[in-house]
Amino acid sequence: MIGYALTFAFGCFGLALLLNIYRIVNAPTVGDRILALDTMVINAIALLALFGILEGTAVYFEASMLIAMTGFISTVSYTRYLLRGDIIE
Amino acid sequence: MVVEILISACLVISGIFGLVGSIGLIKLPDPMMRLHAPTKATTLGVGGALVASMLYFEFVVGRFSFHELMITLFLFLTAPITGHFIAKTHLHLGHKPEDLPPTGSDRPWASYESDEARAAVETPESAASEAARKG
Repeated sequence: MIGYALTFAFGCFGLALLLNIYRIVNAPTVGDRILALDTMVINAIALLALFGILEGTAVYFEASMLIAMTGFISTVSYTRYLLRGDIIE
Repeated sequence: MVVEILISACLVISGIFGLVGSIGLIKLPDPMMRLHAPTKATTLGVGGALVASMLYFEFVVGRFSFHELMITLFLFLTAPITGHFIAKTHLHLGHKPEDLPPTGSDRPWASYESDEARAAVETPESAASEAARKG
């Protein structure tokens, strides 16, 4: 039963990732593009967690922690750059 | 068996929430509305996936792992911050200060108030009257 649920969750998050790519390609404003990139990072973390369940190893959690940190820093620095024209003042 | 049902329910719910968040990002009409879907629904979705993973490693594999809780905590802490920053970017790039609704006081929206203006307004008397007004 876990296998079916896992496949369903993989499908959902994969579809979500595709929708995010669509949003990045034709975003109405810059804010939407940043938001879509941030959502993409979160969906990638979820996919990595699901892949960890599938493989039964805990190796991928370090990777998803790193991706979470990188995604947060990149979102903040992108918005910071748009707001102030500078990242580190 | 109970644990299996619990893990499967977590996985299905997390998948639905993640998908709803990304559909909301596409479908909602206004940029400020679009901000809601990914910051709330997708965060809950990834939290569900990580809880399912924690339950799986605890009860099926038999090895407790603390990492998922750390990732969930990190995401739940950073999601409001990124949401705030993106909302601020949208406000500054897409709106003029005159178009925004009134604040109800003689000061502008905090996001548009420069440091010099804030220092000029915040004299001790004004701070006391502000406190008195708020009760």
